[in-house]
Amino acid sequence: MLLIHCPWCGPREEVEFRCGGQGHIARPADAMDISDAEYARYLFMRTNPKGWHYERWNHVHGCRRWFNALRHTVTHEIRATYRPGEKKPPLPDGTT
Amino acid sequence: MKRYSIFSLARNALSHHEDWPQAWRSPEPKPAYDVIIVGGGGHGLATAYYLAKEHGISNVAVLEKGWLGGGNTGRNTTVIRSNYLWDESAHLYEKSLQLYEGLSQDLNFNIMLSQRGVVNLAHSEHDLRELSRRVHALRLNGIDSEVLSLDEVRRLIPILDCSPAARYPVLGASVQWRGGIARHDAVAWGFARAADARGVDIIQNCEVTGILRDGGRVTGVETTRGAIRAPKVGCVVAGHASVLAAMAGLSLPIESHPLQALVSEPIKPVLHTVVMSSAVHAYISQSDKGELVMGAGIDTWNSYAQRGSLPVVAHTVGAVCELFPIFGRVRMMRSWAGIVDICPDASPIISRTPVEGLYFNCGWGTGGFKATPGSGWVFAYTIARDEPHPLNAPFALERFSTGALIDEHGAAAVAH
Repeated sequence: MLLIHCPWCGPREEVEFRCGGQGHIARPADAMDISDAEYARYLFMRTNPKGWHYERWNHVHGCRRWFNALRHTVTHEIRATYRPGEKKPPLPDGTT
Repeated sequence: MKRYSIFSLARNALSHHEDWPQAWRSPEPKPAYDVIIVGGGGHGLATAYYLAKEHGISNVAVLEKGWLGGGNTGRNTTVIRSNYLWDESAHLYEKSLQLYEGLSQDLNFNIMLSQRGVVNLAHSEHDLRELSRRVHALRLNGIDSEVLSLDEVRRLIPILDCSPAARYPVLGASVQWRGGIARHDAVAWGFARAADARGVDIIQNCEVTGILRDGGRVTGVETTRGAIRAPKVGCVVAGHASVLAAMAGLSLPIESHPLQALVSEPIKPVLHTVVMSSAVHAYISQSDKGELVMGAGIDTWNSYAQRGSLPVVAHTVGAVCELFPIFGRVRMMRSWAGIVDICPDASPIISRTPVEGLYFNCGWGTGGFKATPGSGWVFAYTIARDEPHPLNAPFALERFSTGALIDEHGAAAVAH
């Protein structure tokens, strides 16, 4: 079970949270002009890495606010959590 | 291949079962093949088998990074059914179920198929309407399915708590009698043995580390045992599909999640059918060995670690005890997780890719075991002819651009 540090509420149990998948996906500004394939890339394609993953979480049974996390998909280590709009932390050195 | 039969069993009994031949060879990889299949699970082995059997392509290698059937093939809850709502899925899964029905004879390997029925419970008026809609849709597609009244459910499964006092009372159910369970390891081993007999090389402990390309087409794979060339490469690696796609510069609409399951200590026969409830979120059957086999929903976060969180298991066990109070004191023996590849529409991708000669079969998510023979059958066709069979044409990668998604989120026993 994960212990997750909500940037607003502090450390809480995993059951209070819901993972929202890959983070930092920008909606295309020119959505009306791009091709269906390009829009599909935004809508459906995911990096799904085996390693460090930027992702979104919602403290759904707490403050109900969204935030971002940098988590490893094999060790499950959470390296950082941070609020939306904050700069994403760099990937830990020597890993992908 | 030495055929298995009652006579070979008797003959080998005389020599104390010490002279059984190996079920398949373990050859060194050749420098080149006609087709390479990446992934030695049920789907990959089935693909190789049908390539040899249906299309006469037997110069095939199956590359497996670990041991045969050591991934999701050995980690699922062995349920087989074809009760999918939409036509595209119904036809695909029904093809698979029909192949399953003749598979033991076809492979000369007892896969212990037990068509004991799969029961889906309804706990509300809405559930009942949804179930009847599904039953009617299935019958229009020629797939056996019927609605059971509460009395019929009670008679069929006496240990199920059908009292109106239950927290989520059972109101009725649907059933597919041809559904059931099979021995998952036997499916992998049976396909491996039959493919090997037709000349397929099964190479274990051989991990693919790169996909070799020349211009826009595939020329082979780089592995931990050296480069192996082939003009066609089919990838069937479940949870690691995105990792393999990235090696070819592709991205997939897939996220990998842990899916947990658990079994109890073996008990005497008490549950003779498969019971699922999407409302209270559990499904359960009893293996021939006597263990209660139950499955949970996925953990919501991405993972490649083959382990999940305890609350997910606790939630499932709570739901099972709610349905079957008699199981309240049964002890659980093992729990585990497999890494499943979830598509946005909960349907698989069986497709060509933008790289010529490279094919992907992935996205089976939480329900791949039931599709094993059908998946291999259509994937073999797709690879051999470089075009999809009508059964898997709707499951192409292009559907995410065209918008023709096949939304089967409602098909799973528990919501994912």
